[in-house]
Amino acid sequence: MAYFLQQLINGLTLGSIYGLIAIGYTMVYGIIGMINFAHGEIYMIGAFISIIAFLLLGLIGVSYVPLALALVLLTTMLFTAIYGWTVERVAYRPLRGSFRLAPLISAIGTSIFLQNYVQILQGAREKPMLPLVQGGFTVFESDGFAVRLSYLQLLIMLVTVALMAGFSTFIATTPLGRAQRACEQDMQMAALLGVDVDQVISMTFVMGAALAAVAGLMVTLYYGVVDFFIGFLAGVKAFTAAVLGGIGSLPGAMLGGILIGLIEAFWSGYFSVEYKDVSVFVVLILVLVFRPTGLLGAPELEKV
Amino acid sequence: MKTAASGLAVLKEALATLDWSALLKDAVIAALVATLLALPLVGFQTYDIGGGALGIRTHFDWVATAAAAVFAGRLALRLQQRLRRGGERRGETLFARLGTWGNRRALPITLVGIAFAVALPFLPFSSRYLIDLGTTVLIYVMLGWGLNVVVGLAGLLDLGYVAFYAVGAYTFALLARDLGLTFWQALPFSGLVAASFGVILGFPVLRLRGDYLAIVTLGFGEIIRIVLLNWSPVTGGPNGISDIPRPSFFGLPFARSAPEGATTFHQFFGLEFSPAQRVTYIYFVILALALVTNLFTSRLRRLPIGRAWEALREDEVACRALGINPTNVKLSAFGIGAMLGGFAGCFFATRQGFISPESFTFIESATILAIVVLGGMGSQMGVVLAALLLVTLPEFGRAFAEFRMLIFGAAMVAIMVWRPRGLLAHREPSLRLHARRSAAL
Repeated sequence: MAYFLQQLINGLTLGSIYGLIAIGYTMVYGIIGMINFAHGEIYMIGAFISIIAFLLLGLIGVSYVPLALALVLLTTMLFTAIYGWTVERVAYRPLRGSFRLAPLISAIGTSIFLQNYVQILQGAREKPMLPLVQGGFTVFESDGFAVRLSYLQLLIMLVTVALMAGFSTFIATTPLGRAQRACEQDMQMAALLGVDVDQVISMTFVMGAALAAVAGLMVTLYYGVVDFFIGFLAGVKAFTAAVLGGIGSLPGAMLGGILIGLIEAFWSGYFSVEYKDVSVFVVLILVLVFRPTGLLGAPELEKV
Repeated sequence: MKTAASGLAVLKEALATLDWSALLKDAVIAALVATLLALPLVGFQTYDIGGGALGIRTHFDWVATAAAAVFAGRLALRLQQRLRRGGERRGETLFARLGTWGNRRALPITLVGIAFAVALPFLPFSSRYLIDLGTTVLIYVMLGWGLNVVVGLAGLLDLGYVAFYAVGAYTFALLARDLGLTFWQALPFSGLVAASFGVILGFPVLRLRGDYLAIVTLGFGEIIRIVLLNWSPVTGGPNGISDIPRPSFFGLPFARSAPEGATTFHQFFGLEFSPAQRVTYIYFVILALALVTNLFTSRLRRLPIGRAWEALREDEVACRALGINPTNVKLSAFGIGAMLGGFAGCFFATRQGFISPESFTFIESATILAIVVLGGMGSQMGVVLAALLLVTLPEFGRAFAEFRMLIFGAAMVAIMVWRPRGLLAHREPSLRLHARRSAAL
């Protein structure tokens, strides 16, 4: 029981991170119907920018942890968002209206480019990060096994919940959110009604990148190491989460993220750590085969 | 002369009407974005200072260089676009013309190409290194032709092609290790096992939309790699399998001294022993395999099944209306592509003599895909050109090697933006109802 609870906490933490990345996939897919394969690299770039920001703050001498966290959060989101914007502008926008595999191939190219860009600039070795948020409390204890919830895990979950709430409100109430929903339903019609579709798509990439940046920051804090290759697996897993939840659906992305986190945590806890990535891929294949619309997605009709 | 003079006049006129301030503003904005992009990752470089801590150095000069380069590049690009717009767009680019030329002169070019490939080991400037390089190029050519069936003809994006390559390689390695089969005996099995994997994977997933399929195949490729990595009792785990037998020439091994009761190649033919014989032989094996692959796939294209692949790529709904079963047709493309990958894998194993999961990563899939895409999807000649380019370019300079993948990724994007159908995308549909939808531009 205690072990189960511990895995549940670990899974929820991991799932929050995947959920945040998954939102970027799901929103882009909802609007322009493409898999932004480079999104995982955006998350990786977020992680690197956060580590650099922490180092710089350390040099300046900001030692009050909440202030440092807030500053790093903001800078990371800002700079990563610029990366997201640029990727859309350079690699995807010229291809709009091209044949259907072109944007995906371009996205793979972008992903390879960004990975090697970071590797060349920052080196291939893992970047360590000293633990910043330490401590925690024992939730529950039985048979000498203490279930621990660290402050960091709590922070990750809280930040995720807060971001999700804020983000959903944003989509539901602001003019930009309305434009996004309009584009998702029918891009051509939205354009006819005066929505600047290009700008909406750009902003979608910016938001997705900003959320991925938060995920990158949290993963830096959580695992304490970052390397240039983390984006690939995390990207595939977050995409799986988006598909599992129903691609195009925001709550679905979050739900999918948490489920993937739980599957991974329980699989490594009860079966084998070596095959934990396989479990996620198997889930992906099963979901796509048996329920391609995902848990919360609407069935997709193909109009001829 | 006259056209040149009038062209110059047009150019002058176009230059005069340019809106310089708008152009400069555009370039400045681009440079600004570049500065912001470069600032965190280029401007600050983290490095180990020991004890699990990181130090940081600054490279603001690099940021400035990047910004300047983007400014100049953006300005040049815009200028070129504006000037182009003035005059009518010149009908064909260099590669389009090259593609048409290659199409028209397909037979002579093919013959010259094959003749060169056959003669390569005997040319005066040939060396062991060159033959080795040629072998590598040919492996990629063969893989490209195999994947071309799936991506180029059937239009299914397969991001896990390397899985079938790996399956073929491991099939041979295991058959050789446990049952003592030779290369030629194991070759059909490698293809067969890989094809079975293709069908097993394809059957449930081929109903999916294109990009879902891409992700599932990517997942499959990773599953195969992770299983190979962790299933140590059978696959040897990260250490892989070594001592894979080399191919023999009709039962004559290439060795200095023959094992009991056998004759070696050089003894049989009364030649002096030289390791180059084996290298050359391996080169010819892959050349033959690649040519058979090419012949096989180009014949398939003319069969009803090949027609169905291409039709399906263009319009699935129409195909369904015409009574083609999309799943079966896709499955055949997937299976055949997998089989060819398996053959190539078998050859790879015998050539290296050692295989490990490290040779079968996603980047390998991406490389093969890039060869197909760069060459022009569906173009056999394009695959050869792209494989030559991608394999030999990094060999020219070791300093360049570090940037290989960087340039590789950028080239994939650039080619998609510039020519979404690939460098040598010359193929025209044999019949056209309306002269619209020229997506090949």
